Amino acid sequence: MNQNVPPPPTTGAPAGRLARAWDSDLAYSFRTSPVAVFAAVLALVMVMSAIAAPLIAPYDPFDPASLDLMDGFTRPMQPNEISGKVFWLGSDGQGRDIFSAILYGSRVSLLVGAASVIFSLVLGVGLGLVAGYVGGRTEALIMRVADIQLSFPAILVALLVFGVARGLIPPAAQEQATLWVLVVAIGLSNWAQYARTVRGSTLVEKNKVYVDAARLIGLKAMPVMLRHVLPNVMGPVLVIATINLALAIIEEATLSFLGVGMPPTQPSLGTLIRFGQQFLFSGEWWILFFPALALVLLALAINLLGDWLRDALNPKLR
Amino acid sequence: MLAYVVRSIMQGLIVMLAVAFIAFSMFRFVGDPVVNMLGQEATLQDRAELTERLGLNDPVPLQFGRFLMNAVQFDFGISYRQGRKVSSLIAERLPATVELAVLSAIFALVIGIGLGVFAAIRRDSWLAHVVMTVSLIGVSLPTFLIGIGLIYIFAVELRWLPSFGRGETVKIGWWSTGLLTTSGLKSLIMPVVTLGFLQLTLIMRLVRSEMLEVMRSDFVRFARARGVSERNIEFRHALRNTMIPVITIAGLQLGGVIAFAIVTETVFQWPGLGALFVNAVQFVDIPVMSAYLFFVAAVFVLTSLMVDMIYLALDPRLKSGPGAK
Amino acid sequence: MKPMKTLAVVGTLLAATFLTTISSEARTLRWARSGDALTLDPHGQNEGPTTALGQHIYEALTERDHTGKLGPSLATSWGVVPGDPTTWEFKIRPDVRFHNGATLTADDVVFSYERAMQPTSDFKGYLSSVESVTKVDNLTVRIKTKGPNPLLVNSTTSIYIMNKAWAEANNATKAQDFKSKEENFAVRNAMGTGPFTLVSREADVRTVMRRNEAYWAKSSVPLEVSELVFVPIKADATRVAALLSGEVDFVQDVPVQDIERLKGAPNMRITSGAENRTIFFGMDVASADLKGDNVQGKNPFADKRVRQAMNMAINRTAIQRIVMRGESVPTGVIMPPFVNGWTKELDAAPPTDVARARALLAEAGYPQGFSTTLHCPNDRYVNDEGICQAAVGMFGQIGIRVNLVSQSKSIHFTLIQKNPPETEFFLVGWGVPTYDSDYIFSFMYHSRQGSRGSWNATGYADKDVDAMIQSLSQEIDIPKRDATIAKLWAKLKDETIYLPIHHQALSYAMKSNLDIPVDVANSPKLKMVSFKGS
Repeated sequence: MNQNVPPPPTTGAPAGRLARAWDSDLAYSFRTSPVAVFAAVLALVMVMSAIAAPLIAPYDPFDPASLDLMDGFTRPMQPNEISGKVFWLGSDGQGRDIFSAILYGSRVSLLVGAASVIFSLVLGVGLGLVAGYVGGRTEALIMRVADIQLSFPAILVALLVFGVARGLIPPAAQEQATLWVLVVAIGLSNWAQYARTVRGSTLVEKNKVYVDAARLIGLKAMPVMLRHVLPNVMGPVLVIATINLALAIIEEATLSFLGVGMPPTQPSLGTLIRFGQQFLFSGEWWILFFPALALVLLALAINLLGDWLRDALNPKLR
Repeated sequence: MLAYVVRSIMQGLIVMLAVAFIAFSMFRFVGDPVVNMLGQEATLQDRAELTERLGLNDPVPLQFGRFLMNAVQFDFGISYRQGRKVSSLIAERLPATVELAVLSAIFALVIGIGLGVFAAIRRDSWLAHVVMTVSLIGVSLPTFLIGIGLIYIFAVELRWLPSFGRGETVKIGWWSTGLLTTSGLKSLIMPVVTLGFLQLTLIMRLVRSEMLEVMRSDFVRFARARGVSERNIEFRHALRNTMIPVITIAGLQLGGVIAFAIVTETVFQWPGLGALFVNAVQFVDIPVMSAYLFFVAAVFVLTSLMVDMIYLALDPRLKSGPGAK
Repeated sequence: MKPMKTLAVVGTLLAATFLTTISSEARTLRWARSGDALTLDPHGQNEGPTTALGQHIYEALTERDHTGKLGPSLATSWGVVPGDPTTWEFKIRPDVRFHNGATLTADDVVFSYERAMQPTSDFKGYLSSVESVTKVDNLTVRIKTKGPNPLLVNSTTSIYIMNKAWAEANNATKAQDFKSKEENFAVRNAMGTGPFTLVSREADVRTVMRRNEAYWAKSSVPLEVSELVFVPIKADATRVAALLSGEVDFVQDVPVQDIERLKGAPNMRITSGAENRTIFFGMDVASADLKGDNVQGKNPFADKRVRQAMNMAINRTAIQRIVMRGESVPTGVIMPPFVNGWTKELDAAPPTDVARARALLAEAGYPQGFSTTLHCPNDRYVNDEGICQAAVGMFGQIGIRVNLVSQSKSIHFTLIQKNPPETEFFLVGWGVPTYDSDYIFSFMYHSRQGSRGSWNATGYADKDVDAMIQSLSQEIDIPKRDATIAKLWAKLKDETIYLPIHHQALSYAMKSNLDIPVDVANSPKLKMVSFKGS
């Protein structure tokens, strides 16, 4: 999923001490924005319940031995005809509790999303720093690759990575490895925005006097720059990361929908939707509806936060 | 100037080569075409023979070289699945995908810019807030869910629109178009909306934020001070300045539209290149898969070349530094 | 502006022509299924949807009705030549005409059989026992086999007859060679004797056929459909939506979960019946050690008690009820009920008994169970992935922890067919087009040698069994042959090499003015359709 989120403005407060004041501004803007508070609460609830899934979930949907097939297709809040068990949000075709599956599923979705964002963030920031600092051919190469990445469909990148990984990993280990393959696949398709932002900021800093001065007194320029560049790009990078987290979660869902995502025994929200989709016409609407709702709410909450963060960090828009 | 153009083209070619190679090496992991090509009665010997005949036993570099040699001449061989020339298959499917992609791009641009301008000008009206919220929900909804939801509402429940295919098409030379028949036009509505929705929300948000930025810029303030009417400022000055990044980004998104056509075409049984590719993957139809990836790479190289040219035309400073924006 | 106008006029004209064809007395049947035919070439692809479409344009010497019963088609009679058990003689129906008006003769039959026996043909397997096909006179053909082949006539239902002169005139005397650079004319064009003639074909979009007004059997079949439109619709939801919204009349691959809703919808009819296909698990019973398990130096599947325990762990009724929604028949043998050799006793499945299964496992030395990996297709059989998931849970209940890898059929079947196989535990389904047990024995139980055992990924190899299987294809004394079949099944069922699940059932959904019975080969014959009321 290759949305060009409009590059967040790099013009913020300069750096250093100001960052602290910034933060308090941020806190103020947060308190006064009901949308932001709502989104934050929603996101927090969903993330916390995903993390605490083993404690909250009434059933363990990952333990196939505990499932009873005869519990399959139980309607929400209604006791199963045979076992009499009640599932809050109903059960799927395998007798799996939808509520527990959503809790565990959002755990997988969030894990894939967060890990891939960290992956692309580290990669993108690193490459951006190098490009901005080293310049020349290296810079041209990195930025060209970033351009390609930005305009090449992320889904195709992910499919390619997935295909190659499947060939390289022995079949027995594939089920366990799928999650990390997804992380790399999605991460690799989203790093370019970070690289662009960081490179721009690095270019600005590179020509400042203090860098020359540091070099003159024998300090390595890179660590000095890191200290100045990093705080400067924190804001924009945070915005990109937030929006990318929502994107990564949806991208994972799309990959799972196309059948190359998480295996059925370890479902993410996308896998749950893929299963539920076949029951759209047959009346078992809850199998599709609740996981889809969870996915949309999760993505929406994160997007709202990202949106607010971007506006809040852009002084011109205040 | 010329050097810059040549360099862009060279880089494009390298990209295509890289894509071709990655794609090609991937095919070895998708499955074995021979299993699908032979019926279930096939013996082990039959399989060995066919593998040999297709040249699948040759070393991968040799296979890749052969593929490249043929690809340069637009000869992708015979589809394993359908026994037809891949080039004619692509030509046959191209109109469906192009019509879908172009229409949804237009849909996204027109509605996206309209709503974006509205949301920027009436920034604090409740309708603008609704539009922004809906757009966020749009970004949060996976494409496939939108498509399935539309089918359920408009095809099954209301029965207003056909649920699959292109309807009746008219042939103009080798091009088949669905734009000249009622059923063809009706069939286009849901796929175009599905495919264009994501781009629409992105363009709308981009237009809004760019426009807000421009409206705060000095030259708009000067214009205001000079007594230029608000309407004039909004549409003559602000919008025009907003368009440059919007058009560039929309151009770059064309690749995304084509990639997402895979999902949309699957959901709506749209007989385009994306559906052709999905079917090919399932059957391990290597000639069709490579031709498709080659096509996507070519589209990408062409669009980014075009975008480069536009930059060049807009910003003469770029004549020396590649990659800079 | 001018060209635009011309185009618009052309468009209107086309639309007008289309509308008039519809509004006349014509009866159009729009037929949808999940996949398209791969080719129109009668000998190009031996694959279900391809032959199911092909039979409306091409015909064979013999045909099977929707219950699987063999009857005459282009041949009126046949039999082994008295005194020569290696030669069969077929009498060809007189006065049958191809769609181009040419009369069917022995030359066309000989040509088609020879075309089907070429290396590029996908049907050569059916005729591997054939030595030569010769013309005796204009309406008589003899097929000489390499040894006695009492079942040759079963193969003739699959070999379509095409017009020799047409094929020669269009340079289509060979089935498509995938190495060649040119497309074979027969891939998109057709010349047969069937009830429908080809009007147009767009692969993966639609194939349009018109009624053959000169069809030879016009007096004995209804043939009420004047225009037959075949549309492949891949996505389940879209296919069902198309039927519900009235865009198609007849859907062949109905997702089991949607049957209830379609039954409740107004003006819909559902027909159901058993398909000639059984679904089962197979496992590596021969290797000294498995790679995908957690047991060192031993292969748990090699122990018959383990296999029996797993067989008992499967709750087939639950799978039938929940996963298949009643659209299956649980079984204890990997043989569909239509097949020669099937008995009720063989079909009986072991009762589910978790306690006994646990005891058997403990007896075999695995009181704590073990772990292993199951490979499963997710786009081949009805709810294949669901069956595997359910089974994983059931094996879990007796302590066998199963990792599930489900993937596309193109990858899954490669694992099974590789030599040596790359899977140790897998799901597979098997249909029997010859309706004889030999077909199952040869492919699933015979050791991997020569032309046999290509689907036997279990490593099972028993000299006596192999010898008995080989004797079947030579034995012309039918009672003696049937006795061998019974003996083989008794032994093989006891060995529990495979874990049978169920016979797959089929459902067709259609508008209520149609009544198309389920065809056991899932190859509905639409010349038999008659419209009710209107």
